[in-house]
Amino acid sequence: MTVSVPLWPAVLGRFGWQDLPFVRAWENPTISEIIGAFAGALVVVGAVVVAALLTRYGKWRYLWTEWLTSLDHKKIGIMYIVVAFVMLSRALVEAVLMRMQQAVAIENPGFLSPDHFGQLFSTHGSIMIFFMAMPFLTGMINYVLPLQIGARDMAFPWANSIALWLTIGAAGLMMASLVVGEFSTGGWSGYPPYTERAFSPGVGVDYWIWAVTLGSIGSTMAGINIACTVYKLRAPGMRFMRMQMFSWTSLCTSILMIFAMPPLTVATLMLALDRYLGFHFFTNDLGGNMMNYANMFWLFGHPEVYILILPAFGVYSEVVSTFSTKDLYGYTSLVIATMAIAVLSFTVWVHHFFTMGQSANVNAAFGIATMTIGVPTGVKIYDWIWTMFRGEVRFTVPMLYALAFMMTFVLGGFTGIILAMPPLDYLVHNTLFLVAHFHNMLIPGLLYGMLAGYHYWFPKAFGFRLDERWGRIAFTCWVVGFYLAFFPLYVLGASGMARRTQAIFEPSFRPWLYVAGVGAFVLLAALTSLGIQLWVSIRDRAKTRVEAGDPWDGRGLEWSVSAPPPEYNFAVLPLIDGRNPFYDHKHDEGQPDPYASPAAYEDIVVPRGSATSVVIGLTAAVAAFGLIWEIWGLTVVALQVIVAAVVLRSFGRDQHRTIPAAEVAREHEAWLTRVRATPAVPRQLETAAVNRGLAEIVA
Amino acid sequence: MSEPELAHAGLNLGDTGALTQDQAENAIFGFWIFLMSDAVIFALLFATYGTMIASTVGGPTPASEFKLLPAFVETLLLLTSSATFGRATIAMKYDEPRRVLFAWLGATLGLGLVFLALEANDFATMFAHGAYPMRSGFLSSFFALVGLHGLHVAVACFWLVVMVGQVCAYGLDARVRINLLRLGLFWHLLDIVWIAIFSVVYLQGNIG
Repeated sequence: MTVSVPLWPAVLGRFGWQDLPFVRAWENPTISEIIGAFAGALVVVGAVVVAALLTRYGKWRYLWTEWLTSLDHKKIGIMYIVVAFVMLSRALVEAVLMRMQQAVAIENPGFLSPDHFGQLFSTHGSIMIFFMAMPFLTGMINYVLPLQIGARDMAFPWANSIALWLTIGAAGLMMASLVVGEFSTGGWSGYPPYTERAFSPGVGVDYWIWAVTLGSIGSTMAGINIACTVYKLRAPGMRFMRMQMFSWTSLCTSILMIFAMPPLTVATLMLALDRYLGFHFFTNDLGGNMMNYANMFWLFGHPEVYILILPAFGVYSEVVSTFSTKDLYGYTSLVIATMAIAVLSFTVWVHHFFTMGQSANVNAAFGIATMTIGVPTGVKIYDWIWTMFRGEVRFTVPMLYALAFMMTFVLGGFTGIILAMPPLDYLVHNTLFLVAHFHNMLIPGLLYGMLAGYHYWFPKAFGFRLDERWGRIAFTCWVVGFYLAFFPLYVLGASGMARRTQAIFEPSFRPWLYVAGVGAFVLLAALTSLGIQLWVSIRDRAKTRVEAGDPWDGRGLEWSVSAPPPEYNFAVLPLIDGRNPFYDHKHDEGQPDPYASPAAYEDIVVPRGSATSVVIGLTAAVAAFGLIWEIWGLTVVALQVIVAAVVLRSFGRDQHRTIPAAEVAREHEAWLTRVRATPAVPRQLETAAVNRGLAEIVA
Repeated sequence: MSEPELAHAGLNLGDTGALTQDQAENAIFGFWIFLMSDAVIFALLFATYGTMIASTVGGPTPASEFKLLPAFVETLLLLTSSATFGRATIAMKYDEPRRVLFAWLGATLGLGLVFLALEANDFATMFAHGAYPMRSGFLSSFFALVGLHGLHVAVACFWLVVMVGQVCAYGLDARVRINLLRLGLFWHLLDIVWIAIFSVVYLQGNIG
């Protein structure tokens, strides 16, 4: 008996020529389709240009051995942040397109089809949460945390790399959806039953499911790694209550990741079972219950908010303390507030669906719990204000972000209290009021924080400072753009304009939509300014080098090593005797000199690079691609490759490299010699060219 | 302040070399955290099962499908396998002859495979009655919960085979010891989850 397998489905699954945006634009040349084709072309051309440049300059080997396969937490952190910036660019452009559409689509169909508009708000939200915010904060924690607690790496460097590559693979799926097929129109939360196969039969929801699933698994792994690093790899004497605030918020975020990411994985996989195998978890018929999805999604979704915001709180604590030249006010209360927020974040998820049928008593309980979170958050705001009080505040770019955050975040918090009251929520739910609120929390509470951290730690990571002037221009654009783009949405939302609307039939909304549209362009200018800033900074790097490693008169241990730090971070693991050991040693009489030569050096063991983690992450994306397009053979092969890579790695030995003590000594002593030759500069000159990374100590 | 002595929950490798114990400290702790996140997954599947137990939509019900006897036998098999794995861990810790270690690991693997075979038989019987996951929300949640546990056991069996290969290849070096400890924790967790499945699914289905 012969079985004939049609070649087309076996190799190409359910792909048809119509799935290429170029073909669609050719057959139906509307502006909407042409924009889609242009976006797809941009992905292809971008990839080709990058590949061509790498080939032209012969950098493939360097990229592969020094970066992609590296298990060094610092390089992994930087790669995470690169991913975040790439994805930020895409999602911000999508936001501008949506604002343009709403500005022109008043009693008018506008230039984007409803389906295209639906894809835009779905990708914008999914990318901003899972592929901008998460990689950004994970990367920042990756880079900074081991340096702050006096560790030489993360607890599990190989798992760290797998988490990165799962995230990259998932981000790759998001980009692939621009070139082949389409994306979900179900929003970033992907509510069934709309996202069930009965209503969304195309590949879009499958792209969403698998991108989010891979991302959530990567984040769970990252969370386990971060928590274990904090618990187990602190330097001798680094008690919990001596850790920098950023380390504390990293710990709380990682705990949230460990417990909050699995619900997302479960929710998306159950949806996949419904779609692929005809299960009935969330379907309308045969006993499905979409409320289970809503509960599980927000059981992830609300802690997620704090996963996003806590690291930024940590950055602000560092920045405010450093640039106010004062110890952090109320350290203990900040630690308790952080932990309180982490715990409370699991008790409020129902406020995301007050209107979906629970009794008024249940809503009241969750409404009160929601307002309770305002208390520890308020504690934090007061602590930062008291830290600045009577300090010598220096208005550098990170400090400006911190100040803008405090003002803006408090305003967003007020509207949060409004939304936390179920009766009021009934009036404004599903309107632009909500959209304005969560952007009002996440832009200052995440993006500004990450950008502040980016400016603050950039000199540590690359050995030179970012350009201050372009930093201020970008800052101004981010803040002005935010207020222009989102405050009109409060008015529109309160006037009843529904979110995710492709066309508007109320002419009186026009002026507000115009203002918001202008704001979107200012935000685009902000991102452009960041790009220019990076270019200018790299061009002028000779003038801003801070090899001595301490450009801001910093407090944490990360400032006590060279910039950029050596692969092993610390030539000799420091002994911690206080909350700000580096700062106190610099400033206090009778303390050991932080730049003294250590008594002895030891051999240091560091992990070798690994290709298996790259293979696992990218092959997982390939397996997902096979599932999306129903190319089952591809998925089976890819899964086998993953299993083989894991087993192979477990059989591998000799996965570490020993750096001899003599080499460590030579490098470290050479750096110390250069530090001693570096002129110390007072704080007033820290943004000037004379700042070489050594702070002047005023007795 | 003196540093506390390094130790982790479960069997420690204390006297098999300070370095191994030091490495095990981090590795085992990290694995415990992973197990907790895995436990969250099972908790949600239990919760889903709880909300969908009545969603039988005229199809098979718990009372009509769940047989206590095979589930009880499966419980005994898994509990015994945890005991044999525990014995294997002791053989590893005290460097007993290799054949003792392999015998206990082999017994564990055998019990795990028999468990899987019985479970597959249960599923096949249910399918024959028309009780398959596409039939109702109740059956979807049942197969997701019990099936995921079965998948975990299958992965653990595969992992056990890989570990036997590693013992053959490298003897009991630090990494093999640590990974055997991790596999043990994984195995015992699956046991605990099964006890919950036996109570919540099978006992409730027959008695409740």
